[in-house]
Amino acid sequence: MSEIFGIPIQAFMGQLMLGLVSGSFYAMLSLGLAVIFGMLNIINFAHGALYMVGAFLAWFGLTYLGIGYWQALLAAPLAVGAFGVLIERSMLQWLYKLDHLYGLLLTFGLALVLEGLFTNVFGVSGQPYSIPDELSGAFNLGFMFLPKYRAWVIVASLSVCFATWFVIEKTRLGAYLRAATENPQLTQAFGINVPLMVMLTYGFGAALAGLAGVLAAPAIQVSSLMGSNLIIVVFAVVVIGGMGSIFGSIVTGLGLGVIEGLTKVFYAEASSTVVFIIMAIVLMFRPSGLFGRER
Amino acid sequence: MSTEYLRLTDVHAFYGESHILHGMDLVVNSGECVSLLGRNGAGRTTTLRAILGLTGRRTGSIMVNGREAIDLAPHQIAQLGVGYCPEERGIYASLSCEENLLLPPRVGSGGMSLDELYAMFPNLAERRASQGSRLSGGEQQMLAMARILRTGARLLLLDEISEGLAPVIVQKLGEIIRALKAKGYTIVLVEQNFRFAAPLADRMYIVEHGQVAAEISREELGSKQELLKQYLGV
Repeated sequence: MSEIFGIPIQAFMGQLMLGLVSGSFYAMLSLGLAVIFGMLNIINFAHGALYMVGAFLAWFGLTYLGIGYWQALLAAPLAVGAFGVLIERSMLQWLYKLDHLYGLLLTFGLALVLEGLFTNVFGVSGQPYSIPDELSGAFNLGFMFLPKYRAWVIVASLSVCFATWFVIEKTRLGAYLRAATENPQLTQAFGINVPLMVMLTYGFGAALAGLAGVLAAPAIQVSSLMGSNLIIVVFAVVVIGGMGSIFGSIVTGLGLGVIEGLTKVFYAEASSTVVFIIMAIVLMFRPSGLFGRER
Repeated sequence: MSTEYLRLTDVHAFYGESHILHGMDLVVNSGECVSLLGRNGAGRTTTLRAILGLTGRRTGSIMVNGREAIDLAPHQIAQLGVGYCPEERGIYASLSCEENLLLPPRVGSGGMSLDELYAMFPNLAERRASQGSRLSGGEQQMLAMARILRTGARLLLLDEISEGLAPVIVQKLGEIIRALKAKGYTIVLVEQNFRFAAPLADRMYIVEHGQVAAEISREELGSKQELLKQYLGV
């Protein structure tokens, strides 16, 4: 009973947990991308940079201002969200009438600027961020040790994803959002302030990226390139799940994290490409993604 | 005397470079049902969209319930008490029938309750849980009408509501318009179907080339047959 498919159960479960942790980050980030894409029709290339900014705010707060992890968990997403609102008001809102490509180019440029600025100031080497005392250590599950922080990341991000799904699919505000996604002009003609909702949606998506950044800070080192390393995989997740599908992005994010983790156990060489292989296969059979609708 | 609820004065409207409305002038009094007739492309739908601010640039004056609306955003205009039923009906496919019904926020007091609406449109009660995309054309039209009656809007802008529907449903819509008139709603009816609009409208405007070409009151219908024939070919 100590082996699964010839792999020691310890190693298997360990990679499964790691897969779930990265899956949690994929889910949160692709959820933000899906929400933004649905409402703004913009592929937000700045998402990885916003995630990085969130992590840096947490690190900066702890190192220089004495702001602890729990306060950062609230403050950093708020700050990143406010920054998102600023980006939307000052730049993105002028692009909605143009081709989608302009939004993509602008946010890609923003990502480069942000990463360049942070690299200039902080360099490219990782800054350590220690796990808060309450979450250090591990649970002994009998068959494996489960680090508390990993369990927390999975629980926290799944709760946030579920709450987001619930608000969008089950509440009146969510009905406004879905209506504005489907037919913004008519929705505004019913008396709903759609431009305000668009602004807050981008802010919310940015805040989700910032929150993921704070959650990631103790798990991986904080560095100016952490976003660009992750975001390519996240885009693959969004493509596989289907653009604009809320539920799809959450499930696909988690699932691909797990697949990636398990690939490390069975055939480690393929672990960094398996997501893209799946993406290619999915695109061949379902061009609009697993959960996407044809537009 | 009746009071004026909607007045357009020299309204020009554009879609990008195309100049669609060329100085629309019209008045709708409180509680009146006014029909805009005309050929396709004459500018009737654009007139409704211009009232709501859904066209591109607009100039002139649009007074809604005593407020100048030419510089307001669409959601602000709606909140003056305007309900819009678009030609394509605009039922949200991703929302259920009841979610569609509950979607538009209140823009005035005295809107109809859900129970009253289901009494007026019994088909919708049966289909309340159905996805918007699964409703029949007639049900979609009923839903598009019903959802603006819940909001308390007093001015209803209805675009081609009889288009493409079975005669029995068109007849039902006629009864509903009469009931709404009796309740004191102010209605602008854009219609292609002269036979549907004629018995309902207190007055008619004939729209041609983005302007009002003629105004006909209900009493003049008989004496102005020639004019109607000339503009509409009826």
